[in-house]
Amino acid sequence: MTHYIIRRLLFAVPTLIAISFILFALLDLAPNDPTGQLPLTIPAEAREQIRESLGLGEAFHIRYAKWMEQFFVNEPLNLIERAFGVEIGASEERLRVRSWATRSPVVDLIIERLPQTLWVVGLSYLIGILIAIPIGIVSAYRQYSWFDQLGTFVSMIGFSVPTFFTGLLAIIVFSVTLQWLPSIYDTTHRVTDLSSFWVQIKQMAMPVMVLALFNAAQISRFMRAAVLDNLTQDYVRTARAKGLRERIVLFIHVLRNSLIPVVTLIALGIPTVFGGAIITEKIFRVNGIGELLITAIQGADIPLVQTLSFLFAVLIVIFNLIADVLYGILDPRIRYG
Amino acid sequence: MPAAQSSDLTAPSRGLQRHRSLWMDVWLAFRNHTGALVGAGVFIAISLAVALGPLIHTVDPHYLDILAKNEGPSLKHPMGTDNLGRDTLAQVLAGGRISLAVGFTAMMIALVLGTLVGVLAGYFRQIDGLLMRLTDMFLALPLLPLLLVVIMLFRDSLRAAFGPETGIFLLVVFIIGITSWMQTARIVRGDVLALREREFVTAARSIGTRRRRIITRHILPNVLSPIMVSATLGIANAIITESALSFLGLGFPPDFPTWGRLLFDGANFISVTPERVLWPGLAISLTVLSVNYIGDGLRDALDPRLRGA
Repeated sequence: MTHYIIRRLLFAVPTLIAISFILFALLDLAPNDPTGQLPLTIPAEAREQIRESLGLGEAFHIRYAKWMEQFFVNEPLNLIERAFGVEIGASEERLRVRSWATRSPVVDLIIERLPQTLWVVGLSYLIGILIAIPIGIVSAYRQYSWFDQLGTFVSMIGFSVPTFFTGLLAIIVFSVTLQWLPSIYDTTHRVTDLSSFWVQIKQMAMPVMVLALFNAAQISRFMRAAVLDNLTQDYVRTARAKGLRERIVLFIHVLRNSLIPVVTLIALGIPTVFGGAIITEKIFRVNGIGELLITAIQGADIPLVQTLSFLFAVLIVIFNLIADVLYGILDPRIRYG
Repeated sequence: MPAAQSSDLTAPSRGLQRHRSLWMDVWLAFRNHTGALVGAGVFIAISLAVALGPLIHTVDPHYLDILAKNEGPSLKHPMGTDNLGRDTLAQVLAGGRISLAVGFTAMMIALVLGTLVGVLAGYFRQIDGLLMRLTDMFLALPLLPLLLVVIMLFRDSLRAAFGPETGIFLLVVFIIGITSWMQTARIVRGDVLALREREFVTAARSIGTRRRRIITRHILPNVLSPIMVSATLGIANAIITESALSFLGLGFPPDFPTWGRLLFDGANFISVTPERVLWPGLAISLTVLSVNYIGDGLRDALDPRLRGA
């Protein structure tokens, strides 16, 4: 197992380097100019100075190497310093990846936006899982019953209808017609007492439920298939034959075995959920990571776009690894050579 | 050929059905899948409406009638009008043509690429590792951010090169196509790996059939069923991706609207004219839902283990 993890980690490194190169090169090919938005009265030499100050004066490979150093060495060091309150070396002189639009370090921007995304996305994923697993179990256990038919139909809808439509529908129903919930997420809202906590719940309700429905649809289909697979296994018949109660057979024997592939799917889905949250954040105007990425893309803020999209790639690679390792740990039948 | 006689002897009970072809079997199984049948009906209806609708409802989707802005549904404008007085039904029909065209074309690109990579990786051992590592790398790319970035970067140059409409169409179709072939490639590779060891392929090789001929004659027809299932899922995926891009304001321009773009434009007027969000959203959802049901039915119908039952 350790051998396998090490091999996978060793493979993850070149993958990430290749992806970082693709992203960097792609953005570098961009036929746009960061000084293009500035007034035309600025003379050419001043423009050149602005470009130099943004770090654009040097050759491609040097800028790439510098970005790599900033991303893989400087920023992690800064994070360690921040987390433990220690100082490692000359932390003030370290070059940081800076946003062109705000001139503040990209990592600070991301840390500022991360809590909102984690709350909305994380909670919706959790709720989605909690809805999906019972539905999947019941659907499979009572296969072809009305509950199963309904569950399959609803999950097909949840799976097919894009979140940007369910989100807008929710706004029409709950904000425009019924006026129960606010359609815009207020990030400056602070929870201090019970009533402000209630306001927070109300403003989180729609984005969380929209995303949760989408996640639940996918996971419940998978859960149903996994339970169906296990219900016909020999060990289930054995368990029943030796007189175990049905509840124990279902919730101990079948459930534990069915959860193996589902846990893997849940781990695999986490990075996708972050990506999909871009749309939900846009609809409900949650100023999380997705919103940050969209603003950066529209404003051609190259360093911010580079860092954010690379972070998404890192998430995908890490969670793929976690999923594979989890699968090996949970399922003793899987042996990695 | 004595085959008919012998089958008469061995299976007399099958009677008239003994001449059924493979595709007849698939059709019979598909016909028993209610969801798939309804899905196919809805999908054909939407395609026909989009293709023939503008011939019946002859209002120009670009015609501005500022006096009739933000109207509700009426006989003249069955789905109402937008804030500039354009007819929503005409826009939905025109948008559907583009959305479906994007879905089909992007799916075709993804399918051709995926099949090519899958067959090459499965059949030629030397390049298998390389191609599969490439597939893994594509799977690790953050797709939505990447699509957004690529569109931002190349939108203006392509619009300048091919004109505003063709340019953005080519860009959207191309990038959706080259970022969604990986699943097809993996499935096809797995099937080809198993097929190339089968007796009929060995037999073909032993009588000196050239490799290209083995692939086109013996391998490809046998991987057709996973490819067809991938195709339906590919259409649904491409339509959703295109709508998402347009919804984020980075797809088709407002003067050339797709369903996603109509939804994006309508979202700002959601309290005035909620119909503007409802119709295009419903169109996307129904199309994707019907295509997914077709895919479900096809998968069951093409799986011989399920078909017999």
